[in-house]
Amino acid sequence: MIQSNVKQGAKNSYWGSVGEGVTSLWKGLLLTFRHLFQALKYKRTPIGVENKDYFSFDKGIVTLQYPHEAIPVPDNGRYRLHNEIEDCIVCDLCAKICPVNCIEIDAIKSTEEIGKTSDGSTKRIYAGTFDIDMAKCCYCGLCTTVCPTECLTMTKTYDYSEFDIRNMVYHFSDLTPEQAEEKKRLYEEKQKEKAKAKSSEAAKPSADKPASSEKTGTPKPAFKPVVKPPVVTPKKEEGSDVKPEDKTPSGDQQSEEKKPVRPVFKPVIKAPASSPKQAEDSSAKPEEKSGDSEAGQVKPEEKKPLKPVFKPVIKAPSSTPKPAEEGGEKPEDKAVSSESGEVKSEEKKAPKPVFKPVIKPPVPKNPPSGEAEQEKTSTSSEEGKQASGNTKPEEVKKTAKPIFKPVIKPKPKQEGEQGDQ
Amino acid sequence: MILIPVFLSIILIYTVFAVYAERKISGFIQDRYGPVEVGPHGIMQTVADLIKLLIKEDIVPQSADRKLFIAAPAIVFSAIFAGYAVLPFAPGLEASRASVGVFYLLAIISLDVIGLLMAGWGSNNKFSLYGAIRAVAQMVSYEVPLSLSVLAVVMTCQTLDLQEISYQQSLWIKDFSTVSDANYLFGIQSWNINLTEVGGFLTWNIFRNPVLMVGFVVFFVASLAECNRAPFDIPEAESELVAGFHTEYTGFRFAVLFLGEYAIMLLVSFLASILFLGSWNSPFPNIGFIRLADWTNGYPGTFSGIAWGTFWLILKAFSLIGLQMVIRWTYPRLRVDQLMFLCWKVLTPLALVIILISGFWRLLMN
Repeated sequence: MIQSNVKQGAKNSYWGSVGEGVTSLWKGLLLTFRHLFQALKYKRTPIGVENKDYFSFDKGIVTLQYPHEAIPVPDNGRYRLHNEIEDCIVCDLCAKICPVNCIEIDAIKSTEEIGKTSDGSTKRIYAGTFDIDMAKCCYCGLCTTVCPTECLTMTKTYDYSEFDIRNMVYHFSDLTPEQAEEKKRLYEEKQKEKAKAKSSEAAKPSADKPASSEKTGTPKPAFKPVVKPPVVTPKKEEGSDVKPEDKTPSGDQQSEEKKPVRPVFKPVIKAPASSPKQAEDSSAKPEEKSGDSEAGQVKPEEKKPLKPVFKPVIKAPSSTPKPAEEGGEKPEDKAVSSESGEVKSEEKKAPKPVFKPVIKPPVPKNPPSGEAEQEKTSTSSEEGKQASGNTKPEEVKKTAKPIFKPVIKPKPKQEGEQGDQ
Repeated sequence: MILIPVFLSIILIYTVFAVYAERKISGFIQDRYGPVEVGPHGIMQTVADLIKLLIKEDIVPQSADRKLFIAAPAIVFSAIFAGYAVLPFAPGLEASRASVGVFYLLAIISLDVIGLLMAGWGSNNKFSLYGAIRAVAQMVSYEVPLSLSVLAVVMTCQTLDLQEISYQQSLWIKDFSTVSDANYLFGIQSWNINLTEVGGFLTWNIFRNPVLMVGFVVFFVASLAECNRAPFDIPEAESELVAGFHTEYTGFRFAVLFLGEYAIMLLVSFLASILFLGSWNSPFPNIGFIRLADWTNGYPGTFSGIAWGTFWLILKAFSLIGLQMVIRWTYPRLRVDQLMFLCWKVLTPLALVIILISGFWRLLMN
């Protein structure tokens, strides 16, 4: 041990301890008095660390009286989500990528173009519901990253706690429930009209086409089932409640079952390849943004290849079994599916022509070879196409439908499509 | 008799704002605000706390000694409150001009110890009992240097009457004192510097007998221990004993104990002011034709005398309380052995030396 010559504390003598005690107590008193008077004079101002004076407040009161004063948050603070609904094209990407499912979107297709976003994208879908549950949000920012129009952003508002957790759900839709119902109804009526028109028109053309086409007899039945399933499933997907379903199907689209999901694509995919599907899945933006241009481009292309495309589709005998499966699933899905989906289906049932095809498909697949059935399928496929593609079909019914119809309907519908146009 | 409600209300009001002041001072010392929300600058915070305290449930632990438990707060507070009886608030204003005032006061506040022991024992709680044992050991010990330093003052003034002690430090020593009739610089008559007409701080006891400056320090330190104030708060020692002897107390009983704690703070501050710091006399002396002492004092028995006297005494007492608060938020708590070291090996010998010197000093005075 080192013998220290320092006599302090316990090593000190009696008088040394007394003296040390007096001096140290006096120093302590001075220290507290200094703080006492500095606290009366000086106070730290609430400035952010980016301010060059941030470190210059080394005396006085340091308390930040939070509700009354706050250190400014940088403009790029990433806290509460905000959706600029006027710029939102309701592409559902944010809801799909959200790891905690805190975004709930009920997309309602419009019967016409709604308008343009501030970056020029065309809006074709109403957001019947656009709810973000900030109580679930994990602030990962993925939704803002995928947002094609950058309408979904994180703001610097961080103090928004609530007494009732239900108040943490933020509603961004600019439609009232009544308005949303109205939009749905309008869309469904439009669909029915189209279906009727197509069915009436398609009856003749369908008869002609099958005759013209080489494989008319067998392919048609196969086709119907394929087409129908997509009709049902897409609607379901669109349903607000079914987000998770949407995600999985979208990812799996390549799988057979999923194919039906996006009727629109199927036609394209089957014949040409799966590339179109991927395009849809991977990049919603290009499709949405360039929806107009694509539609224009696609039309011509599709029209030409239509028949060839169909053949492959028809060939897809493999798809026939799928329809059967799908057909079986459909009823279940319908029951499960969101209210909106159910409502639609019910309404459609009334029109019978539309639904029947959907339901029947499984049973009649093989036996039905009649033109009437074909017609039904064609109509149903059309609906399915329109309904399935959330973005595309809605974009512009006039343009979009033509696009799709050609793809899906190719054989039977071509005439009908033209008629629509 | 009329002074009982007056003193009681003064104590109550003082306690409310002393708690507020303590919280503010501790806040500033620690570079923060104290209470800020209730009322302007949080001044009504203690009132709100008091209301909360009074509407709380009154709990007597099932296994407690009920009689002791219930009686303890009353004994603690009444013992301390009884000490106010002999305090001279102003010339001619005191509840009782007992000729043994100092002795009575020291004796009556010793009963405080009994109340604390009753509270700690009656609670049937080990924390409470530990706190009570520590409180008794500490207060009994520190009464020795406290009493010895007071004894030095009594020797200097040759009286146990607090009002007489006050008059001896005033401008009216000639008219009202029965012991002396003149004040000299540092009390030394042979220098023949007569300060009787000068007054002010020069006639305070710590200047009449300069060794009492040290005696004042001893008294002040011992009074801190007597009040169980930090750094001598081992009877309560939050970090060790929860709350010491009043751990089990709730609501109004706790409020009374708390009141007693702040009341004894005020009492010892009054006592220190009276014994050492000139009592109710102004600190300003008459300098030639600038009659500061005359302007800031009132003739005994007149309204201005009472007003000035009350003002100066309360000002001095509050200054000491402020010092007590700053000390509380400056120094860490002493260990029990350090506490006893300070008491028996530092303060008591020092007080004895002071008494010895005071005895000789008295020989120099008239």
